[in-house]
Amino acid sequence: MCGTCGCGQNDQPIRILKPGEENHPHSYIHAHDHSHDGKIHAHNHDHKYAHNHGFDDADHQHEHLHEHQHDSDSHDHSHSQNHDHDCGCNNEHSHDGHHHNETAGHKHGRQISIEEDALHRNDLTAQRNRGYFEAKNLFVVNLVSSPGSGKTSLLEKTIAAVKGKTEIYVIEGDQQTMNDANRIKAAGAPVVQINTGNGCHLDADMVHKATKKLEMTDKSVLIIENVGNLVCPSLFDLGESKRVVVISVTEGDDKPLKYPTMFQTSDICIINKTDLLPYVDFDVAKAREYALRVNPNLMFFELSVKTGQGMEAWIDWLLVGF
Amino acid sequence: MHEFSIAIGIIEIVNQHAEKAEAHIVNEIEIEVGELSGVVLDAMEFAMESAKKGTLAENAGIVFHYIKGRGQCRDCGKAFDLQNVFDPCPFCGAFNPEVKQGKELRVKAINVD
Repeated sequence: MCGTCGCGQNDQPIRILKPGEENHPHSYIHAHDHSHDGKIHAHNHDHKYAHNHGFDDADHQHEHLHEHQHDSDSHDHSHSQNHDHDCGCNNEHSHDGHHHNETAGHKHGRQISIEEDALHRNDLTAQRNRGYFEAKNLFVVNLVSSPGSGKTSLLEKTIAAVKGKTEIYVIEGDQQTMNDANRIKAAGAPVVQINTGNGCHLDADMVHKATKKLEMTDKSVLIIENVGNLVCPSLFDLGESKRVVVISVTEGDDKPLKYPTMFQTSDICIINKTDLLPYVDFDVAKAREYALRVNPNLMFFELSVKTGQGMEAWIDWLLVGF
Repeated sequence: MHEFSIAIGIIEIVNQHAEKAEAHIVNEIEIEVGELSGVVLDAMEFAMESAKKGTLAENAGIVFHYIKGRGQCRDCGKAFDLQNVFDPCPFCGAFNPEVKQGKELRVKAINVD
């Protein structure tokens, strides 16, 4: 199932690539089999043409009988389930029969206590990443923001500024394209691109896999540029040393109140594009006040990636952290 | 819509525990969702309906336990209801609450046969 919208289609695969690895001929033909309710047919794809998969043969019906034993009495019953699927996305189910848990007065079945956090697995993998990073003495930054706040430009300037002082590596997260990875490579840092397909955030497992590809040397800086999104990435620990949220002055100064979870889970807030302050209504003092309401421990850097003003303090912090 | 990837994670947890218990069907899943957990309850309900398809939990009823947000002021020490992590203390006005309850996002229990 698709992990983004929950439709019946397979999710777009997550791709983890270095620049140059993505090139493959798009006109090649490959064959594969589909199975629809026992009917198997093979067909070819030519990647030059866009195509959709339908599940024409997926309409099916099934019926079954079963028997329950109770302590005091027994009864037989049957239920039939009629499913109609068009494409698996908006399938409507009609269920005849009953739900066991809706039986008034008592529950059938065995109750098993679980008490496990829904994000437990991601957190475990994140801790594994963190252990690896600490053992290698890596300073790892998870860079989060809305799309267009200037994360990639900030990275390009940062790579240039730390040259000769430390090794710096980058993991780029985007839904699609190698564009950002190519920019980072041109700026001079080893980079791995994670394309999440439909996914709206990076998770610890993706970072774990990307980290393997980077083959980093000890005592380096790793910057993970998350998917541009102020909501979803906030819940997913990647194992980073510090989380850095970027907002730009072309956005609203009330962003920290609108997306509190991201500001609450961040350590640093960068206010970017300060060269545009004379032309916009953004109030830096207000933005800071709102952000501190959400997270009283937040530290700030005000800077302009374009003019370089304020960049020094950010670079110093990065090098001290490392 | 991170709710879908969270829902898929919940179903993985459920199926793992169900298989361990040698269950052949999951009748019910109980989930705790805190007011300050960062997920939207409606989106979570919708996501769970999709995520359970084709699994042991296909026909399971989903019971959500909604947990209200509670905080304690770090300045004056008093406790109060918290709808947002940035709510000021109603007693002293400080923007410094410590979240005591409401961040939960947990699979509490399952009922299986």
